[in-house]
Amino acid sequence: MSPSGAELLRKIKSQIREVDPAVVHEQLGNGVVLVDVRENEEFSVGHIPGARHVPRAYLESRIEGVVPDRDAHIVLYCASGNRSAYAARTLSEDLGYRNVESMTGGITLWKDRGYEVVVPRTLTPEQRDRYSRHLLLPEVGMEGQLKLLDARVLLLGAGGLGAPTALYLAAAGVGTLGIVDNDTVDLSNLQRQVIHAQSRVGERKVDSAEATIADLNSDVRVVKYPVRIDASNIMEIIEGYDVIVDGLDNFPTRYLLNDASVRLRIPVVSASILGFDGQLSVFKPYEGPCYRCLYPVPPPAELAPSCGANGVLGVLPGTMGLLQATEVIKLIVGIGEPLIGRLLLYEALSATFTELKVRRDPECPICSRDPDSISDEEMGVFPDYEAFCAAAG
Amino acid sequence: MATVKIPPVLRPSVGGEKQVEADGASVGEVLRSLAAAHPQTQSQLFSADGELNRYVNVYLNDEDVRVLDGLETRVGEGDTLVILPAMAGGR
Repeated sequence: MSPSGAELLRKIKSQIREVDPAVVHEQLGNGVVLVDVRENEEFSVGHIPGARHVPRAYLESRIEGVVPDRDAHIVLYCASGNRSAYAARTLSEDLGYRNVESMTGGITLWKDRGYEVVVPRTLTPEQRDRYSRHLLLPEVGMEGQLKLLDARVLLLGAGGLGAPTALYLAAAGVGTLGIVDNDTVDLSNLQRQVIHAQSRVGERKVDSAEATIADLNSDVRVVKYPVRIDASNIMEIIEGYDVIVDGLDNFPTRYLLNDASVRLRIPVVSASILGFDGQLSVFKPYEGPCYRCLYPVPPPAELAPSCGANGVLGVLPGTMGLLQATEVIKLIVGIGEPLIGRLLLYEALSATFTELKVRRDPECPICSRDPDSISDEEMGVFPDYEAFCAAAG
Repeated sequence: MATVKIPPVLRPSVGGEKQVEADGASVGEVLRSLAAAHPQTQSQLFSADGELNRYVNVYLNDEDVRVLDGLETRVGEGDTLVILPAMAGGR
């Protein structure tokens, strides 16, 4: 006659080794590998600190990835000690693990004894759905998505470059987006600044961008700075951000941003556009060159068309802005090779990319020094450019 | 003969071309023959004392000539020089 479930369990438990939670608690951190064999939903509401998670249904296929060593000291647990008993037999009998125990009473008894339980951060069911294409990428996954949700990214400008960058970063679930822009939406912006809308012409760009982002992804908090960034407010605004996206339209502020970001050691993803051409690089303080290493001095006004209004192909800031957004995500998640120490040139008409090396300047007036030695008075200092631009009309 | 890539802001000075060919065995010689053929580029590239303006970056293939031998850097057949002034447009 076949045994009942209860009889089978008794038989299994007689064949494996069981261990009391008190003993496991003493052994934590002493080389013992604790494996939680419960289902995803059970694990996500609380587990023993440091426990690895291998649901029993995936035990045979996944345990080797988690514990490759057949001689490792493994303690399995579940809710009450029954599923872990079956799992212990599988590991010992079928997979050849030689030092396996099942914790008596499971996490229920562990909690009754007053031992610590951690509740892992996780995504809501809606977030799992929204970010499912990220979760399917091993390079991003749950961990990467949580990093994105925790990240704080500051966009300088909600214009040509900032508009597409902000849209995609919001869609990707970057949790906090700061937007600095003191301009209002103009009809001539809409040829390229896709975050704004015809119905919002005349409104502040920070409000218009916020409205689009709110409709796209409610996970994103928008922090609005409807100001012109200058030496008096830059440190206060950029402090605390993880990455800054430079889509500025003038040299004085680009130098100012460089100096402030080096001082605070915040990486800057920088792009610029003109006509059909774009440039892109990542300036990560002290790991690579800074903006001043690349461009020690700005060009004179006649060679710096950023001073006045110039033509730009509407798609071009989209291309460059999305390359910026890609670099931002790589920096946050910590994947790939960011564009540090490299300058990427894009020519839309010939459809060519050119990559140039950018070296740290050992005599750079800013990043060759200790960041704490850079004073307020030194930031953004160079020939008076605004006067230049005014003279050039 | 080297190929010189011209940035957007200098293209009006070379008849709108994106790249031009120029002779010379060093970076300095190539740029001076460019300036001889297109006089408007003289003051854009060089200061009054004949040095390369600091706001102009020049790359031999993908390397900044400032970390090579500057204007003395040797240029071979088929090499490409990239002239690159800073751009600041973001709007």
